[in-house]
Amino acid sequence: MTRMVKIPGGGRLSRLMAGLVIAAVPATGAVAADGDGTRIDWGPYKVGDVRSGYTYAGAQTRAMQDDDFQNPAFLWLERGAELWDTAEGAAGKACADCHGDAEESMADVATHYPIYFEDWGKLMNIEQRINWCRETQMQAEPFEWESDDLLGITAFVKHQSKGLPVDVSVDGPAAPFFEKGKAFYEERRGQLDMACTHCHVDHPGDLIRAETLSQGQANGFPTYRLKWQTLGSLHRRFRGCNRNIRAEPFPYGSDEYTNLELYVTWRGNGLPVESPSVRK
Amino acid sequence: MATIRPRVKAPKKAAAGEIIEIKTLINHDMESGQRKDKDGNPIPRQIIHKFTAEFNGTEFFSVDLAPAISANPYLSFNAKVDESGEFTFRWFDDDGSVYEDTKSIEVT
Ligand code: HEC
Ligand code: HEC
Repeated sequence: MTRMVKIPGGGRLSRLMAGLVIAAVPATGAVAADGDGTRIDWGPYKVGDVRSGYTYAGAQTRAMQDDDFQNPAFLWLERGAELWDTAEGAAGKACADCHGDAEESMADVATHYPIYFEDWGKLMNIEQRINWCRETQMQAEPFEWESDDLLGITAFVKHQSKGLPVDVSVDGPAAPFFEKGKAFYEERRGQLDMACTHCHVDHPGDLIRAETLSQGQANGFPTYRLKWQTLGSLHRRFRGCNRNIRAEPFPYGSDEYTNLELYVTWRGNGLPVESPSVRK
Repeated sequence: MATIRPRVKAPKKAAAGEIIEIKTLINHDMESGQRKDKDGNPIPRQIIHKFTAEFNGTEFFSVDLAPAISANPYLSFNAKVDESGEFTFRWFDDDGSVYEDTKSIEVT
């Protein structure tokens, strides 16, 4: 039996962040974060120096992700599979009516999102693509951010690319948006005056209070986070990381976060799509 | 999530006397009763407080679940099967609901 104790009170981490200390753990290297001392061959989860959050997770968390049955995210995936076949909106169409079998039509779609979308003159991520289909193709209401429906269908679509290497393109028309995302990533913000780089580039493998910092990769989203006790989007994670340094979070689906998403996803080019992952 | 769906994974076939593994998962918030809402009012406890497993009408496994257990509780356990029959699994919610799932097994 697996028991997990609820972590009380949201915002706990942000309170602890005051006077924040990052402790270096000797010789983390490729050793499992649970400290069992066994050297693990991380297989596809490590490409050169690029490491998935999976390689920083504890053995129990990894076991939950490895077993599709034990991974609670699959409850949302089932919902997504149902939605795929459900006709909604004035056009009377389901995703399946246009896209057929998701296993084929969506086979590698998640590997190259966010994309530059010409009609908008800016970037589009998978959630936005799905809602674009809902609005323009189905004449249906868009799904709300962080609703079980949007999380479920996003996880379902991304899961069709599971195991395939992330390969977003950042040149051509995407280049200026990529640059904005990069600038955001490197910019200090919030009362703690920290940039993403201070944690995820300078300190992966080190402890920040009780958490092992990872490289902050995007390849596993939506992710089932034990602390959230639910599935959550990458933008929810961005909001959390912004709040932890006492910076104002940006809205879900904002241009700032979609640009940031391209940059963060590009850092993990070559890592396998893991959606839906499990993290602490 | 709105609809509560229990899920059970158990083998469909086994040899007589074999020890099989049964895995169960249910989506449930497991509201502990110790949290407060935005206005500071306590959120009432609502958890699955009991789980039982029966084989051909006889209970062979049960657990009392406590408020500190996380949402979407996962349970796995083993059973030794000597004959073909049907498993019945029940989850008991604080609000009085009982969620049920069944699985048959053929013993050869
Ligand atoms: C009426 C037809 C129609 C329906 C219904 C529809 N789509 Fe689409 N979808 C499209 C079109 C057209 C495109 C754009 C194809 C292109 O530009 O190559 C698209 C593109 C996509 C893409 C991006 C594919 C890629 O390779 O970049 C995804 C993901 C997607 N749809 C998901 C969905 C989901 C999920 C649903 C149901 C909620 C849905 N679609 C419903 C017509 C539809
Ligand atoms: C004060 C340190 C800190 C800063 C600054 C920070 N994060 Fe994080 N971040 C964390 C912690 C702690 C976690 C959870 C453990 C882990 O995966 O690193 C996390 C997790 C993540 C994850 C999830 C990784 C996974 O595998 O699921 C992403 C993505 C992420 N951060 C992105 C960002 C971005 C983008 C920024 C800048 C806007 C940022 N973080 C700033 C501490 C930080």
